Amino acid sequence: MIEKDQTPIFTSIKQGVLTSIPLIFGYFPVAMAFGMLSKNIGISFRDTSFFSIFVFAGASQFMALDLINAGISTGNIIIATFLLNLRHLMMSASLSLRLQEIKKHWLLFIAFGVTDESFSVTSLINRKLNVPFLLTLYGLSYSSWVIGTITGYLIGSILPLAVQNSLGIGLYAMFMALLVPETKKSMPILCLSVFSGLLYIFISYFNLFSSSWSLIGTIIIASGAGAFFIKDSAIEEDKI
Amino acid sequence: MKSFLPLIFGMTAVTYLPRLIPLITMTERPINPLLKRFLLYIPYTALSALIVRGIIEAPTEMQLATIIGIVAAGICSFFKGGLILSVLVSVVAAFLVL
Repeated sequence: MIEKDQTPIFTSIKQGVLTSIPLIFGYFPVAMAFGMLSKNIGISFRDTSFFSIFVFAGASQFMALDLINAGISTGNIIIATFLLNLRHLMMSASLSLRLQEIKKHWLLFIAFGVTDESFSVTSLINRKLNVPFLLTLYGLSYSSWVIGTITGYLIGSILPLAVQNSLGIGLYAMFMALLVPETKKSMPILCLSVFSGLLYIFISYFNLFSSSWSLIGTIIIASGAGAFFIKDSAIEEDKI
Repeated sequence: MKSFLPLIFGMTAVTYLPRLIPLITMTERPINPLLKRFLLYIPYTALSALIVRGIIEAPTEMQLATIIGIVAAGICSFFKGGLILSVLVSVVAAFLVL
């Protein structure tokens, strides 16, 4: 088969390794927190590892723990995950434009590695995206996520209870640290986020939905309202 | 211990398919702008609702620490940026309160 990209495989792999370093160091502690939290709410070692091995989606996995802990049904957690992951449609659509020369069977693996972080990194890179580069980049960050999870599960319980509880709060800190930079960039996003938070309080206070639907209901209503009332083109160009 | 396999494989499907389908179809089909904005706004509304939910549902003795941790993360993220740093600062702040 003729490979159009002439970059030697070794060079691509080396660049993949270099590019993955921030992802490896970024994922590891977050994955550890996931492993530990998962153990704390009573999920088995096998299932905790499987979450990271098969799902490989940070925000969704943490949300799942949170919802499992709140006693939300499996079906509703899957729907909430689906909603949260719809943003990857946008990212993959944007990535696909740069992967036109790559054979379809490789895309099965590459697709698995599309996360918010890996997408941000790849979209900032000007080099040509080829298979060895992408597989190295995604493979290493994936390994960090899986190994971090296992490490957190196994050694998390050595830590004192106050430390474990504070690490649990790290989950919300992560949500906040993901949200704040976006609200800083865009006033409409700030308004929408505040609206969504208030809407959740309103919905849960008056029990407008059954408790498992409060979150999904809030997300749909708030995003729908945003889609109708906010025409913030800046954020769209930034993301796509 | 309860098995979470149905949940795990359900989540795998709804995570993997939105990542895969646009890569395979490779169409630059224009998406309805209203739908596009709806999809783009979901992460923000979801994160915000999750944060508020975390505060409301926290056990009473954890509520103050949760709020302080979240505020610390917000301040750190606003002025310094960086996911890991903000999480660390927040965890330390929460630990000091607990």
